[in-house]
Amino acid sequence: MARSPVSDEELIARYGPHLNEAPPGGWDAGVTPDRVVKTHCCFCGQQCGIKLKARDNAVVGFEPWYEFPFNEGKLCPKGVKRYLQGSHPDRLLHPLERDPAAPGGFQPVSWNQALDRVVSEVRRIQAVHGNDAVAMLSGVSLTNEKSYLIGKFARLALQTANLDYNGRYCMVSAGTGNKKALGIDRASNAWSDIPLADVVWVAGSNVAETFPITTSYIWRARDRGARLIVQDPRVVPLARTADLFLGVRPGTDSALFGAVLHQLIRHDWLDHAFIDAHTVDFDHAAAAVAEMTSQWASDITGVPATRIEQAAEWWGTASTGMLLHARGIEQQTKGVDNVLSAINLGLATGKFGKPGCGVTTITGQGNGQGGREHGHKCDQLPGNRDITNPEHRAYIASVWGCNEAEIPGKGIPAQEIIEAIHSGQIKGLISICFNPAVSAPDANFTAEALDRLEFYAAIDFFLSESGHHADIVLPGSLHEEDEGTSTSGEGRIIKINPAVAPPGDARRDWEILLDLAARLGRGQYFPYTTTRDMFEELRIASAGGTADYSGATWERIEDEMGLFWPIPGEGHPGTPRLFEGGHFYHPDGKARFHGVAFRESAEVVDDEYPVWLTTGRVVSQYLSGTQTRRIAGLVEQYPEPLCEMHPRLAEQLGVAEGDRVTVTSRRGEMTLPAHVVTTIRPDTVFIPYHWPGAQSANQLTNRAVDPASKMPEFKVAAVRLAPAGGRSPTTDARDLDLTEGRT
Amino acid sequence: MTYTSDDTPIFVIDQSRCIGCEACVQACMECGTHRGRSLIHLEHVDRASTTQTAPMVCMHCEDPTCAQVCPADAIKQTEGGIVQSALKPRCIGCSNCVIACPFGVPKYMAELDQMMKCDMCTDRTSEGLKPMCASVCPSEALWYGTIDEYNDSRRGSLLRDFFFGRQEVRTKVYTVVDDLSAGPIDVMGGRQRSWLDDPFGLDEAQP
Repeated sequence: MARSPVSDEELIARYGPHLNEAPPGGWDAGVTPDRVVKTHCCFCGQQCGIKLKARDNAVVGFEPWYEFPFNEGKLCPKGVKRYLQGSHPDRLLHPLERDPAAPGGFQPVSWNQALDRVVSEVRRIQAVHGNDAVAMLSGVSLTNEKSYLIGKFARLALQTANLDYNGRYCMVSAGTGNKKALGIDRASNAWSDIPLADVVWVAGSNVAETFPITTSYIWRARDRGARLIVQDPRVVPLARTADLFLGVRPGTDSALFGAVLHQLIRHDWLDHAFIDAHTVDFDHAAAAVAEMTSQWASDITGVPATRIEQAAEWWGTASTGMLLHARGIEQQTKGVDNVLSAINLGLATGKFGKPGCGVTTITGQGNGQGGREHGHKCDQLPGNRDITNPEHRAYIASVWGCNEAEIPGKGIPAQEIIEAIHSGQIKGLISICFNPAVSAPDANFTAEALDRLEFYAAIDFFLSESGHHADIVLPGSLHEEDEGTSTSGEGRIIKINPAVAPPGDARRDWEILLDLAARLGRGQYFPYTTTRDMFEELRIASAGGTADYSGATWERIEDEMGLFWPIPGEGHPGTPRLFEGGHFYHPDGKARFHGVAFRESAEVVDDEYPVWLTTGRVVSQYLSGTQTRRIAGLVEQYPEPLCEMHPRLAEQLGVAEGDRVTVTSRRGEMTLPAHVVTTIRPDTVFIPYHWPGAQSANQLTNRAVDPASKMPEFKVAAVRLAPAGGRSPTTDARDLDLTEGRT
Repeated sequence: MTYTSDDTPIFVIDQSRCIGCEACVQACMECGTHRGRSLIHLEHVDRASTTQTAPMVCMHCEDPTCAQVCPADAIKQTEGGIVQSALKPRCIGCSNCVIACPFGVPKYMAELDQMMKCDMCTDRTSEGLKPMCASVCPSEALWYGTIDEYNDSRRGSLLRDFFFGRQEVRTKVYTVVDDLSAGPIDVMGGRQRSWLDDPFGLDEAQP
């Protein structure tokens, strides 16, 4: 029984989101911190260093950490205000059990009651429907230690194959493409290579809003005279400063990359020595782009042919270059194709393994890079090992002290788990750090699926919209309440230090999982007393794998301000730049070109749904907003979703800035204010996705997935628009405070 | 990193680098001298047509207009040339300074009936630390360091002499321009790029 126990209004009144305006005691409390803790931001994959100021058991402020080399004190608005998630009125302090008669729909219960209920429901469902009828969904805001633990917990304690993670909705297409082409799933370079590039090409990444700190690296390259190419359906803030802008239609990136490869071949802007010595299958890639003229690509992408040719010339003739891509090209049913066709450009011109050279994803989530390496991805075991490979299974079984046969096989990926819940094959769910009610595509379908669960236990620190469906809610820990490591988008392993302890009856996530494992009768596999114990086991488990952490120690990570994996064995210096000397990670040491034919997105515009929809983020909110929708300063910066559209489209609709419009797709509809700007393609609208319910952009998005990575197509859908009547004020309420005074 | 008085660090604004993220707006609130109140300005120039935004800290004029027009003599400079918020006992809330400042910096805080403005984080800079906004700014549009550090790492010339009609204003804070000798300067302009006039090639003749 996993329906919301009471109305959304009652749930929100009790559990929020409420807004935390100020640190404990208020802005003028004059609280003097009694300690300052060096740690990292809890949000995106940049993992900026930050110093948290704490007093007693509360985080009371922050101080820039100037010495941490990645960001040198820099922070985005989320990083500045992240400390306000502590001491928050919405913080879950007690285990809760669904009870429609209780105020707010949940009744506080003891840990014993809550854990016993979880274990009895898991056992009941598994006895009737099989072990795999209970699934686990996990998230990559968790540390490496917890990611490793969850991989082991699902396989050995829950004994289910069906564990997957929210990176499936983030950077999995990049990981899949990287493995296919390069034999390894990691950023190609430390970010210190970006300023060394003569051309920086940013494809499908709103760097200024989603990875603000990367902006300074790109600017350092530009200060040296580098050219900047930006490829995006919107003139995003970074694009404004670009030397060349490629305003692609959503879903056509591989056509553009293919046409660029066509130009590189036509003009012989190729590094033949590199291609011959370090790659295979160039002929396949060349054959696939033989007909991809710039005019052909222009017709598909909407980018003028001259600009495509200009991009090819700059990339092909520069001696160094970095191509940075993110969700824009990855969250498509062709995400892997897009990534492979981008990598082709790097291989063709020898731009790998040298200073200022690389083709890399910008990992989105805090520990997206590390989390996926250590085992909460449905097809992987620790160290980026393959769960279907008998040797890999045997090695991990030897580390875990179990029979190889006790490790379940490959599970199904996150979107298929949601579908299997909807179809009734999966009956039970445990989630941690994952809010599919907001983040999964086709939100109405997701809500139906969650409603159909026989049992749902959610581990979380705030009651997320997914948690509304839970039977049992277990209050876990915030980022600043636990110790461990994380691996940033650069592949840099960093140390997360606790500033406070979990408040009330809340517990550290791993303590909850250990208790559940013991109650499931599998405690023998989880003999940990600290997270350091887990890290030490992770080092052994990852040894010899692609993502080898065996040489990393907590001490070295702190002393050296992070270590780049692979770091095989004690004393190894780590590997900031991959592929040096043209060494790739396939068994023959060579990279693979891929022939990429162009195909359309799963859904294309037609007479009924004539406008492209693309979705994404804004700078002041993070992912499903579970944390950032609870911090006043961030909410004031961008309070509600807006529908960005070009004046030509607005004129056709007869709407002006602030007028409310209804946007409808084959899956749902939503009504929101229009934001009329010339910085978006006239055939495309953009809606950010951070909000739930009627404000959820994912009501409109498509569940279709990439065949290889199983990434849903968040970035391309077909919609129609109509004026809804009425206007929303678009004045910044903060300006009014100056003249009217804040109450 | 801390600076000593011998380093004479400077504050630099490069509007062309601003990405509008508002990290400065959020961080300004964390400054110890005015916690909870953001005194920096960040404006969209014309969001309908561009993402260009413009951050504005106090330029700390050598002879500040705000102080000249204050009927209550409430606006004082430190020895280091930092123009401070109106002194609370003197400020009469008339907002002359808000209207007169050529850079639009002072804010009248209705709740306090007092003018407050950027004081370049006196609590931090006096201890050799960077101001909050220039510490966090992800694009280094707001920047604090020595002239040598600037010349080693950045492009663009530094400008601090302005004319507003016939009024000449010299400021402590610098702004960045491409070419000092190029005549009237458009601080928003940066380098001209043809694609900006037609980002999506809507009017571009297809060959």
